[in-house]
Amino acid sequence: MMKDMMAGFELFQPADVETALELLDRHGAASWRLAGGYDSLDWLKNRSKQTRAVVDLERIAELRGIRESGGGVEIGALTTLTEIETSQLIRERYGLLADAARKVASPQIRNAGSIGGNLCQDTRCWYYRYGVKCYRAGGNTCYAAAPEAMNREHAIFEASRCVAVTPSDCAPAVVALDAEMVVRSRAGERVIRAADFFMPPSIDIRRMTVLEPEELLVAVRLPAAWAGASFYFEKVADRNVWDFPLVNVAAAFRMDGATVADARIVCGAVQCTPRRMAAAERLVVGRPRTEQVAESAGAASAAGAEPLAFNAYKVSLVENLVRRAVRGAQTSEPA
Amino acid sequence: MAELLGKDFTPPDIVGKVTGRAKYAEDFRRDGMVFCRLLTSPMPHARVRNVDARAALAMPGVVGILLPEDVPEQEGVANNILTYEPHFVGEPILAIAAVDETTAHNAIAAVRLDIEPLEFCVDPLESLRPGGPNARAGGNALIPQEGLQEVKWTEEDFAAAGEGQLPMGRPGEEWSYGDLDAGFAASTLVLDESFVTASTSHHSMEPRTAMAYWEGGKCYLHASCQSQSNALPGAARLIGIAPEDLVFIAEYCGGGFGSKGGAYPLMAIPAHMSRKVGRPVLMRVSRAEEYVLGSARPGFQGRIRLGFRPDGRIAACDLSIIQENGPNSGFGDLGAAASAVSLVYTPQAMRYRGISVLTNTPPRGAQRGPGQNQIHCAVEPLIDKAARQLGLDPVAIRRINAPTHESLYGGNQSHITSAYLREALEMGAERFGWQERRARSGQRSGSKVRAVGVGQAFHSAGSSGFDGLVRIAPDGKLHIHTGVGNLGTYSYASTSRVAAEVLRYDWANCEIHRGDSSRGLPWNNGQFGSNTSYTMSRTNYAAAMDALQKLKAIAARELGGNANDYDVRDEAVFSRANPSRRLTYAQAARTAIQLGGRYSGMETPQDINPMTRRAVESIAGTGLIGVARDNLPQDGMVPALAAGFIEIELDVETGLYEILDYLGVADCGLVMHPTSLATQVRGGAVMGFGMAAAERHVYDPRWGLPGAVGLHQAKPPSYLDVPSEMDWAAVDQAEPNNPVGVKGIGEPLMGCAAAALLCALSDALGGHYFNRTPIVADMIVNAANGRPQAHRQLQVNTQ
Repeated sequence: MMKDMMAGFELFQPADVETALELLDRHGAASWRLAGGYDSLDWLKNRSKQTRAVVDLERIAELRGIRESGGGVEIGALTTLTEIETSQLIRERYGLLADAARKVASPQIRNAGSIGGNLCQDTRCWYYRYGVKCYRAGGNTCYAAAPEAMNREHAIFEASRCVAVTPSDCAPAVVALDAEMVVRSRAGERVIRAADFFMPPSIDIRRMTVLEPEELLVAVRLPAAWAGASFYFEKVADRNVWDFPLVNVAAAFRMDGATVADARIVCGAVQCTPRRMAAAERLVVGRPRTEQVAESAGAASAAGAEPLAFNAYKVSLVENLVRRAVRGAQTSEPA
Repeated sequence: MAELLGKDFTPPDIVGKVTGRAKYAEDFRRDGMVFCRLLTSPMPHARVRNVDARAALAMPGVVGILLPEDVPEQEGVANNILTYEPHFVGEPILAIAAVDETTAHNAIAAVRLDIEPLEFCVDPLESLRPGGPNARAGGNALIPQEGLQEVKWTEEDFAAAGEGQLPMGRPGEEWSYGDLDAGFAASTLVLDESFVTASTSHHSMEPRTAMAYWEGGKCYLHASCQSQSNALPGAARLIGIAPEDLVFIAEYCGGGFGSKGGAYPLMAIPAHMSRKVGRPVLMRVSRAEEYVLGSARPGFQGRIRLGFRPDGRIAACDLSIIQENGPNSGFGDLGAAASAVSLVYTPQAMRYRGISVLTNTPPRGAQRGPGQNQIHCAVEPLIDKAARQLGLDPVAIRRINAPTHESLYGGNQSHITSAYLREALEMGAERFGWQERRARSGQRSGSKVRAVGVGQAFHSAGSSGFDGLVRIAPDGKLHIHTGVGNLGTYSYASTSRVAAEVLRYDWANCEIHRGDSSRGLPWNNGQFGSNTSYTMSRTNYAAAMDALQKLKAIAARELGGNANDYDVRDEAVFSRANPSRRLTYAQAARTAIQLGGRYSGMETPQDINPMTRRAVESIAGTGLIGVARDNLPQDGMVPALAAGFIEIELDVETGLYEILDYLGVADCGLVMHPTSLATQVRGGAVMGFGMAAAERHVYDPRWGLPGAVGLHQAKPPSYLDVPSEMDWAAVDQAEPNNPVGVKGIGEPLMGCAAAALLCALSDALGGHYFNRTPIVADMIVNAANGRPQAHRQLQVNTQ
């Protein structure tokens, strides 16, 4: 249970990426990347995760900012969610991400919370956060998957021992935009497609992204291909402020007249990674966004779902949100 | 014509709050102060076989440890201070003090416990089954007059209930009035519904905090507490000292909602630790600890059978309640709920059976509208269900059953003082435009549907027999001594103005003394139970009337004639026949000091409380003292009643709703402080919306672990979940048993809003009744899609 009392650690506040990477390399798995702090401080105050070396990225100017790059836009990982939701450039070309950022937590948290932190945040499974020794915490069971467990917020797809879900609102948006994640370490830079950035429990149950301990997410690149597409974002949560999605949907449609030329529809909070709704995408490409097409896309989207005792409602939510995304009733806010 | 009452003013503690100068318990420091932290139980029920604290105590900066044997053992099922047999996750086992909180917690982390898990229970109904688990070694149920007992119902009891219905074996308490069978026989519509109302946490913004030190043989305790004088004897008992040896300081309270109404065990830990280590000690608990140590509203598993005549009148009511009471003494919500049903719906015959069952979940305590607000959440939607089947308007069926001044209350069928619920319904329906809005109910716009709801609630809201104390200083200023406490409602201030009103004072020339028992505070009721407005206006009236009589007596003595020849105006006492014959209050106060005796507090009335006597002694000889016990007549229970009206738009595809408009109407007697009442209407509504459709109280049944131990997990409503504007109104009819016509109102303002929202959600779904509170998004999505709900019938701690 939350102790609200941090243990001691060494705090590093590098002023440039190179120094940060050197620190991460030196301390390896014992290091902790600190951005806006809203996920980190929870863990550290709880003491269920501890670290010897916190690398505070706050002072690294090159990790901030939104800039045009290669026909697309590059966003520094430390750019705040408020900066993203209010950026004219993002709103004009990638309104989907602005809409998603605007739905995160609360205005106060968005003022400090970063896009990198939002994408890399840990799952909100309450058992895991409580501090039980589950698979994800290095143990040998999943408390949330037990038949009588309280698992209303958990996964309906792709569970693999762990049934935790991605809590991010921005993650489905960057996958829908086919973004690239720019990752650096002392060994160099690698660019990872957003869809490949998030880690399924079947591969590594202990982490949420492919980031290695010595690596740093430095930027998110939004490709020109999806600039100005038709977007839809919706989040269903218990509260309008300071809450995580029960299900969210981020969708991008490239239109050829009234016909969908290409589509990427992604749901969050239904499995451990953002989920491409592939069947729905196949159903809409080459067709107009009519009610009938929306209905069939919605109906196809929950195929394969394996709900737990308390989350069968997510099947309906996924169907409804995908249908609404295709229907486009709630368009993204105009620039 | 009142000069002060009924008008807005600025309570004196507002400036401190908005500037940050207000000092809460954790803001106090003393030289040499150390911090203490708790080691709490990781298990829902366990026995600690051994504590190895050697490594912890060897840490630099650690100054002491407090163990269960160092504190008074609490009798029976009372909440423990520290214990080797914890009965819920998070129950304190020991405390360690150190020079800073980090060191204290590092030491806590170094303690090695040998702890043995014991049988536990998180569902009362499961505990009542044959062979079901008991929350305590001595039993599973609290029976009035008998205490802790083991109660198991038979398989036949469970089988007799029928599918999905609440069984009722041997009850712990019961009462009835009227001819129940005849009532049901006369009914053309009988609803028989089982229901669940969830437990809810208090979410106090200020987690429990206390700082204590010893000086001059007294213990000084800064505590986070709603109440002042009323909490002092309990705190002294927990510390193990006489009340006169405790200086109790509770000037500001960062939210309590009933959970800090009196002394609580955590308060005593810094005092015991301070005595042991010889240094001042501050203890503040974490947010998560506040969720398990900060009390919770008891949940209900219930069943109600309601018989309606064709005109909508309720002829019979058969109510059964199993209360989830936590592991300890808990609170009497269940009986209060039954009594509320008897008053608000005035069934012509009624039977109530209830039992309070223990679980290994947080200790329960009073929360705003204890019992009443749960039962209104359960019953109000059923009133709507009956209205639908009888073809009646929801407001109309409530009017038909609303209480009058002659209505009777509870199993004893006792008298009440006044009831204007019918007037509140009528006023609210008119002001809200109920008929027009109801005509829009059911309108669809895509997946969104409009709906309306009306809700009612009640709480007893007044007490008597406490003491008032005022002092007119030689400079003419009025000092009002109030020991009620400061929950944050400002009613300590508005009720103090009654004394100023009686003495016709300029409010700028009055000062309130409060927040510290060394400031001469009288024995007053606690600031809980919506009673302050009624109770404290009476005590301040009584004290001011005593001062008024003394002013007139002094004037007669100094200026001739009889006391009755004199009146007061402009802070002077004057002869009605010749107003130029006058004494200013300052002159009268100086004369009172010269006269001594009862005038200056050198003598005190026989019937006041010893605490008040000590308070008077501390200021005796410093002015004209007005002090009196409230012996004003009171005939019956004082009901606070309220009606709420709501319009919502529900999206049936997402389960999310928007509150379009809300109106709360209060039957609180005459309005004493309009802005404060408006704040209560709105704040109560926000809390009610959370109770109805948001808050979560989750326990894993296999491990007994709490799943909602943060504000983001427990989910009280946020500022974007409620309308930025909410309307309010008051019936504004005088309460006859109060000298200034007021009665309390805080608690039902929450219940009526919760009930209205629940009714509106059912209305939006065409009359789908969940029989469960709260109704959250997943339940709405399931209902809209014809999907069965995830929880078992009558399962608790799931949402």
